[in-house]
Amino acid sequence: MTKNLSAIVIGGGHNGLVCATYLASSGVKTTLLEARETLGGGLSKQTLRDGTAVPGLIQTHHSLNDKIARELKLQSTPCEPLPTTLLSTSGEHITLMGDKVSGAGVSARDISEYRAFREEYLSYGKALKSLMLNTPPRLKHFDWSDKTVFAKLGLDLRFGLGKAGLNEFLRVAGMNLFDVLEERFSSELLKGGIAADALFGNHAGPKTPTTVLPMLMRLFQETGSTASRQVAQVDNLAGQLAEAAKSAGVEIKTSTTVHSVVMDNDKPTGVMLENGDILNADIIVSNADAKTTFLKLVGARNLDGMFTHRVTKTRTNGDVAKFFATFDATPKFTNLSQNASSGRFLVAPTLMYVERAFNHCKYGEFSEAPVLDIHLTTLDNGKSLLSANAMFAPYNLKQGWEAGRAAFEDKILDILSLYAPGIASQVACRELWSPTDIEKSFHIEGGHWHHGEMAIDQSFMMRPVPGAGQYGTPVPGLYLCGAAAHPGGDITGLPGRNAAKQILADLKGRR
Amino acid sequence: MHDFTKTLAPSPFYDRIVAQSQTQNWAHWNGYQTPRVVDTVASEYFAVRSSCSVMDLTPMEKYRITGPDAKAFLNRLVVRDVSKLKPGRVTYVVWCNDEGKVIDDGTVFHLSEGVYRLCAQHHQLDWLRLSSIGFDVSIELETHDVAALSVQGPTSYSVLTEAGISGLETVKPFDIVHTQLDGFDITVSRTGFTGDLGYELWTEPENALALWDAIFEVKKRGLYDIRLIGLDALEMVRIEAGFIMPGWDFNTAETVIRDGYDRTPYELDLGWLVNLNKPYFTGKRALAAANKQPLKRKMVKLILDGNKVPSGSFIFDRKDGKNIGAVMAHSWSPILKRAIAYADIELINGQVPKEVSVEIYYQKELAWKLHWARAEVTDKPFWTPKRRSITPPDAY
Repeated sequence: MTKNLSAIVIGGGHNGLVCATYLASSGVKTTLLEARETLGGGLSKQTLRDGTAVPGLIQTHHSLNDKIARELKLQSTPCEPLPTTLLSTSGEHITLMGDKVSGAGVSARDISEYRAFREEYLSYGKALKSLMLNTPPRLKHFDWSDKTVFAKLGLDLRFGLGKAGLNEFLRVAGMNLFDVLEERFSSELLKGGIAADALFGNHAGPKTPTTVLPMLMRLFQETGSTASRQVAQVDNLAGQLAEAAKSAGVEIKTSTTVHSVVMDNDKPTGVMLENGDILNADIIVSNADAKTTFLKLVGARNLDGMFTHRVTKTRTNGDVAKFFATFDATPKFTNLSQNASSGRFLVAPTLMYVERAFNHCKYGEFSEAPVLDIHLTTLDNGKSLLSANAMFAPYNLKQGWEAGRAAFEDKILDILSLYAPGIASQVACRELWSPTDIEKSFHIEGGHWHHGEMAIDQSFMMRPVPGAGQYGTPVPGLYLCGAAAHPGGDITGLPGRNAAKQILADLKGRR
Repeated sequence: MHDFTKTLAPSPFYDRIVAQSQTQNWAHWNGYQTPRVVDTVASEYFAVRSSCSVMDLTPMEKYRITGPDAKAFLNRLVVRDVSKLKPGRVTYVVWCNDEGKVIDDGTVFHLSEGVYRLCAQHHQLDWLRLSSIGFDVSIELETHDVAALSVQGPTSYSVLTEAGISGLETVKPFDIVHTQLDGFDITVSRTGFTGDLGYELWTEPENALALWDAIFEVKKRGLYDIRLIGLDALEMVRIEAGFIMPGWDFNTAETVIRDGYDRTPYELDLGWLVNLNKPYFTGKRALAAANKQPLKRKMVKLILDGNKVPSGSFIFDRKDGKNIGAVMAHSWSPILKRAIAYADIELINGQVPKEVSVEIYYQKELAWKLHWARAEVTDKPFWTPKRRSITPPDAY
């Protein structure tokens, strides 16, 4: 059924690679086109101005869903769970590792509560499994497969969680993180850390309504794999995915920028490259974000008016900047042993700190005191690299990023100095990628981590917009397979896998 | 812009309209105070059909569409191919939402190379703006910046010529000419909503009264009767002419609440407008799919037996038979001496029935009576006089 059919996957981010591999494994002649020189999108290695090779946009991530790793036959790499240290100016840091929390200032009650919290919320995450691993059901004109997904989700929620669990899930699922965390924990540092970890990549503070949802989506990933792990230590996931794609028979072309989707008689017949070459295929799959896909590659002229409008109105402006600093010697953080000062650290001392950091970006300002997700590694040349996700750094910065860049770098170093006194003077080289840089360099409209806000109105069957929420789009034969599609961003491979499943089902004439 | 804090705004012709109104019977149309009846409906109706009528068209929604992509924008907006519409020509259009359901109808005026005017029944600025994403086009609401009069009826050509507008003898239906009257610019199009010979005149609001006076001067000179008409007479003639009113005869797509209560062009008997061979337009995929399905319902024209007008009537396949729809607009047609109506009906075995039964409730000495009328289904306009289309028009 799928023999003699061809597909072009636009974009070699991890989801594009996953999707292409599934398609090729099923006998679809698949070509993957990537504009950059390297595959993996945010996972690919980058080079700083001074020539230092660094992990790219993504410094740490949860491992791919086990199911996908198995289905793609990825080599299993031993993965070291990475502790997360919540930094305190007093030096009373807290360390999170799996379900355990430790630190001098943590009460016994918070320790046991954290264990219970993890267990409970992981069960909520797990209950979303049938939604996450399937095409989201349509709300209108739904058929048998839509009903099946709804039924499975209902059963998982009701019988997976039990009556009390379901009640609690329904109570918290629409709540904000601030209220939920205030109910459960007493340590400000612990609450701030949990909130920051859940919010990274989103335009939201702990008090923003429905912020429990992105936390649940992130926790879902942990239910399918082990734990957070370090990109640098993993023998590069991007490389593994590229290998899997190649062995499945995917033809991969890097440094190949797609200019547009070629339409004939309102159907896509292929793509035109920047150099004018035309490649034909039966199916076009876009790993790009929705605005790039529809507004740039397909074009409003090939789309309906309201659909185009909806795409335009999706919230896709990123709020996270990436900061790099190299050091000749490992920087010293207060009260951290030499051994511990290589790993992952969060600067989010209280819930209100995170909330106040968020306030600024609503008005086009970067945070006076940013929230930081820091990763320290030792480079091959013996130098030390600090890479940090810094939020909130709005895409539309009032003064523009050319003017604001150095000031935000200084803000980050000011905050770092509170935890590692003198660190600013030890910096050998520093570099900041604003959301505008990320947009340009990674071809993501708005420079958004998740190709669009992971809020409830842009999730599930409404991701990225109604009408394109089931991987298929209003353009027959054009599909979305990236973070713009359900279930969204982070390194999960789920959009790529689910999209491939949907495409193959469509090709077989189901639905 | 007019002042929206006022409930009803006066049009530039307001002073003259108020002076002529015998009834002070007003309606509001798009924010303007508009006569419903000026004198009597009968005299106004016959002005359209037998002499010359004048109506203030200023309240009609008007948009000026310009810019490098104006043509491409309009062609993506409407279901008809307007890419070949020449400067100086007008065409009737409808536009649909993504699902291929009709949002509104109107006319596209290609005023001069690349400069278009879109006239619409309802306010469309939001829809036009969102439809302009990806097009280099400027869309300006110009409803309040253009004064317009509709001059319709068999003597309209003679009246306008007498009023000093020259060159109308070569103006064909749906033509536009830019000319001058007493030193100011006017645009004349051979268009209208009456199905009769007629013209629409467009000018700057500051010239409105001079235009009006030039026309009514012809009446003062005793040459022709000219009557200002209101919306009630217009309703009669537009039904006779076979024109539909979005929002009255059918639900417009972006205002309907429930699924299935909006209509495709096919269901409105406007399938002839849909061009599935032109480049993509909003609703094209949905319409292409709908076109492959058998039609389930249709707006049809009915000519009824008897003299009872089918106000709010249900339609049946036969007397006491199956209810297949309802009347959406109706009128007594004085010129045909028949009751006429538009009805939204389900097809019977996939076919438009040749005749139907109409259940009419009417009052006799205030007592309610039931009457079953046989009605013939027709696919032609009820009234299309030859004078509507001949050029040069006959001078009376």
